[in-house]
Amino acid sequence: MQELTAPADYLPIAMQLIFAIGFIVTTMVATHLIGPKRKTDVKQEAFECGIESVGNARNPFSIKYFLTAILFVLFDIEVIFMYPWAVNFKDLGWTGFVEMLVFMSFLLMGFFYVIKRKALDWNH
Amino acid sequence: MVNIEKAPEGIEGPGFMATNLDQVIGLARKNSLWPLPFATSCCGIEFMATMASTYDFSRFGSERPSFSPRQADLLMVMGTIAKKMAPVLRQVYEQMAEPKWVIAVGACASSGGIFDTYSVLQGIDEVIPVDVYVPGCPPRPEQIIDGFLRIQDLAANEPLTRRSSEEYKRLLAKYDMK
Repeated sequence: MQELTAPADYLPIAMQLIFAIGFIVTTMVATHLIGPKRKTDVKQEAFECGIESVGNARNPFSIKYFLTAILFVLFDIEVIFMYPWAVNFKDLGWTGFVEMLVFMSFLLMGFFYVIKRKALDWNH
Repeated sequence: MVNIEKAPEGIEGPGFMATNLDQVIGLARKNSLWPLPFATSCCGIEFMATMASTYDFSRFGSERPSFSPRQADLLMVMGTIAKKMAPVLRQVYEQMAEPKWVIAVGACASSGGIFDTYSVLQGIDEVIPVDVYVPGCPPRPEQIIDGFLRIQDLAANEPLTRRSSEEYKRLLAKYDMK
């Protein structure tokens, strides 16, 4: 029996890829070369809606909010796991109950750790 | 009804067509002007109607209003420009990509309109060069579209050398721009 596909059959796809990328590269280079340009100091400045920009954008700032947000997502997901459990509460029976208790206690340990490290203490 | 843009005049033969670059680029520019709406008052409300479904501004190739000057071709100034706003407008214009056009929509942007007072710029052409003025207080969407079509005419017929010509440099120098 003759083989239905050979690696050479994929050549058109490779060609198409080369042409697609080649077209993009050529047009991008061409537009950059023939397009009109006017580089002035005002134009090169950062665009701040026409207002003069002040200071440096790369300043260190507190990431407290980030930590709170991440912790929220973590415990939010935990609550999501409780919904299917509530729906199948009777079917899962005592085994499900014990499994959820283990799951919850693990997360609660994490929660106590978070509180002990004062991650939720905003003024800390 | 769908209107398909006519090809520019040129030498045609079986399987080829030759025309000049000015016309081809003009054709492309004309039908893909990305406006930067600089709306400060009631003319801006009229422009919102122009952009919405009934008047459908995007059918002229302005599918994407640009709110950054970096990718904009056309600055549409719609509304009263206070003197404190003038440097902002100027900066936005200067930061736009080349080539760029400006349309002053409404009486206020064109001449200060009824606000003949100490705080209002008496026409935006005091700070930036304007290509088309649209009269009205505020102008109807049809008028804004008509002004836009005039800009399209300018874009279609602009020679490629215009932006580097002495005349254009003199114009910019008049506005103290480089």
